[in-house]
Formats: sequence, structure tokens, C-alpha cells
Amino acid sequence: MVEIEADAVLDAFGVLCPVPIIMTAKKIKELEVGQVLEVLSTDPGIREDMPAWCRQTGHQYLGLVEGEGEYRVYVRKR
Amino acid sequence: MRSVYFDHAAGTPVHPRVVEAMLPYLREVFGNPSSTHSFGQAAHQAVDRARGQVAELIGASSEEIYFTASGSESNNFALKGMALAAQQLGRGKHLIVSQIEHHSVLHSAQFLERQGYEVTYLPVDRYGLVDPDDVAAAMRDDTFLVSIMHANNEIGTIEPMAEIGRITRQRDVVFHSDAVQTVGVVPVDVEELGVDLLSLAGNMFYGPKGVAALYIRSGVRIMPFIDGGIQERGRRAGTENVPGIVGLGVAAELARQEIDERRRRIVPLRDRLIQGLLGSIERIYLNGHPTERLPGNAHFSLEYVEGEAVIVALDMQGVAAASGSACTSLALKSSHVLEAIGLSQELAQGSLLFTLGKDNTEEEVDYVLEVLPPIVARLRQISPLYSK
Repeated sequence: MVEIEADAVLDAFGVLCPVPIIMTAKKIKELEVGQVLEVLSTDPGIREDMPAWCRQTGHQYLGLVEGEGEYRVYVRKR
Repeated sequence: MRSVYFDHAAGTPVHPRVVEAMLPYLREVFGNPSSTHSFGQAAHQAVDRARGQVAELIGASSEEIYFTASGSESNNFALKGMALAAQQLGRGKHLIVSQIEHHSVLHSAQFLERQGYEVTYLPVDRYGLVDPDDVAAAMRDDTFLVSIMHANNEIGTIEPMAEIGRITRQRDVVFHSDAVQTVGVVPVDVEELGVDLLSLAGNMFYGPKGVAALYIRSGVRIMPFIDGGIQERGRRAGTENVPGIVGLGVAAELARQEIDERRRRIVPLRDRLIQGLLGSIERIYLNGHPTERLPGNAHFSLEYVEGEAVIVALDMQGVAAASGSACTSLALKSSHVLEAIGLSQELAQGSLLFTLGKDNTEEEVDYVLEVLPPIVARLRQISPLYSK
């Protein structure tokens, strides 16, 4: 399993897409360029939505770790 | 005729400064906090400010406060949200509550039982205290939540939270407390209590009705209670009750400043009422704990009278009191709390609850001490069971 050091965590546990993406867009404004945001999600939709959002916005999609019942998605601010 | 309000556990008056603070948000500042234009942002800032005020009152940080519409909603959110999260994470199906919880906790627990969860209902002693050892003994490997109220809404007993918090912390189980009766009334600090979730409501400390909050410690996995938009970080969707939230915030700020002074004023009045009634009426008993009780709470049982009959007679003399909680009073059911502390059905029927607030006076206490003994005497005269 990949271990990525995050600078901030966004808890979107149980929240359905696209709300986690909207929350990510808001939260990432608080980060410095180069910092990493970890998004906690339970919605399988995040697997496609987050890479797609990163492609559109230019942020770097670092990957996704699947735990029991939850996903941790990592995005680097660009 | 005099008008004496001794039913603050059912709801307090709204502080004039709270009303003042709310008015602009019922008039000119009407924007939706989710809107990006300036109308929306003004409302958004007001909600943020209130979030900080509520957080400060309980020693939390702003992002741990989630606004709801009532203490009951906060309790439902805590129990059902944790149950669904436990299911999502495959983390067990057992929860622990006390037998004297508010109905919003008990009925949520019963709902979860029907969904396949298992619930332990912990007994209390004759004062209404939960034994922390019982909490430890009830813990199972699949326990995901312990929910024990901070203080009981009927008999006023304050539970040994910190001790229970140490046990849940040790076992790594989430600890929720229904603190609706204590927040804004006695000092509440989420770190000192050792809680992970905590319910509070504005109308218990001179805020408006219809606005409350759930504290959720950062990192606790909980399912949203209302699905929809981004409000309350996705956990409780729906357009915010901006005027109510502003009012709750100001009420929290005032409570934080005045809490000690209010307590200092209320406790002697409560004790005067307790001593006065115990000294002037026969066969009357104080329920709840002698010292570990809410500042304004005086709960009695009377032999040979119906509590409801006393309430009606007091009301005719201008005194507002209660027989049991606001919720059970209308249901004409004897209280599950009084049953749990071992009161006979008869004593439970003869229950009488006075809850004092910051604006009550010694004259008002003396007025009740003057009018109540003759009421009880008159009601006992027509009781077929009473003989002196």
C-alpha cells in the first residue's frame, strides 16, 4: 500500500458525489501550491470524479488507497 | 395575578440581546449562505461567527460544530449516523445507552434494534447515576458507541462523564453525550468530559427554539444525517436557519460570560425552594442526587396526590411548573426515568418538577412556598387513599 503524507484532510465520509468534489474545490483553496490534500470518501464515484476534476483544474491526481469501507484520495495542489 | 416561570428545563425565555442580534437576519440580511454573491456571503459570515461562538463555549474548534434543528435531531444524528458508519466500516453492531436517556436517544436506539443492531440499556442507582464500572462491563469487541446523557432532564442528576470518557477512550469506542440540559448551564468542555460527540440546544440557555448543534470530534467517522448539498460540510444538508444560528451563537457567547454568575444566583434559590417545601409539606421527597444536580433543578415526589393535578392548580395561581418532562407530561405515561431510579408507580405519578432560571427571584420562590402547601392539602383531602 502506498503511504502518502498529506498536509490536510477533507472528511467527506458518507457524502455522495458530486458533493465531495465541490468540497474538495473549496478546501484546496486553503492549501499552498505543492501541498497534498487527502480526501476521505465512501462513494465509489470518487474513483472517476477526482481524476476527471484534476484533469480539468490542473491539480495533480496522486492516487487512491482503498481501505475497508472507505477511500483515501490524494491530490497535489498545482 | 403573579406570573412565575419555573419550567426552564422545557425551554428558557429568549435573551433580549439574542433577539436584537437575530433581527437583521430576519430582515435585510436574507441571503443564502451558499450563494457566492455578497448577499450570501454576509449570511455565510454570520453562520461562521456563530459556529465559533458555540465552539468556544464547549472547548471545541469551529469545524467540529454542526448546526441542526433540535436537540432531538442532534441525538438522532449521533446514534443513527454512528450506526451507519459502523456498518460501512464493518465495525460492529453494539451500542450502550442508559435507561434514563431522553426519548430521542432511547427511541433511536430502539429503531436501531429493529434494524438488527444490539443495544445495552444500563441501569442507574436510586439517584440516577450510571456506574462507570457498568459501562466497562457492558463493552464488547463489537461496541461502536456509548451514549450517556450529561445531566438528566427530569431529576437533574449529573453523570460521571470524565470517568466514562476514560473508559471509552481506553477501549477506543466513540462516546456521545446528550448535553442539552448542561451546555450553557454548567461549564462543559469536550476535552474534560472525554466525549467525541455532544448534543446541545439553544432554547436551554436563552437562545431561540428550533436551533441546536452536534459536536463531532475531528476524525470521527459518521454518516451524514440529511443528504443533499454542501451545507455543514455535507453532513447535514439543507439551507441554514441563519437567524436561529445567529441567535444560538449570541446565546452561547452570553452563557460563556455569565455562566458562573447565573449559577451563583440560581443555586441558593433552588435550595431555598427545596428546604422550604421539605419543611412545610408532609410526605414529600426530593428525587435526584443531593449534590450532583443541575443548578436550577428541584424534583419531588408527593404521596397521595397526582402531579398533573398539582400542575393545574399551580397554573391557576400563576406558577408554571412540570410533572416529569415536557415530553411525557402530555403523554400521561409515568416516567421511564422515575421507574429506573426505583420509584413506585404511586410516587412516580406524584412527581413535581421545578426548574429555575437566571431571572427568577427570592420573592417568586417564597410565593411558591406560600401557595403550594395549601394546594397539596386540598388535593389530599379529596384523595380516597390519604389519611393523616
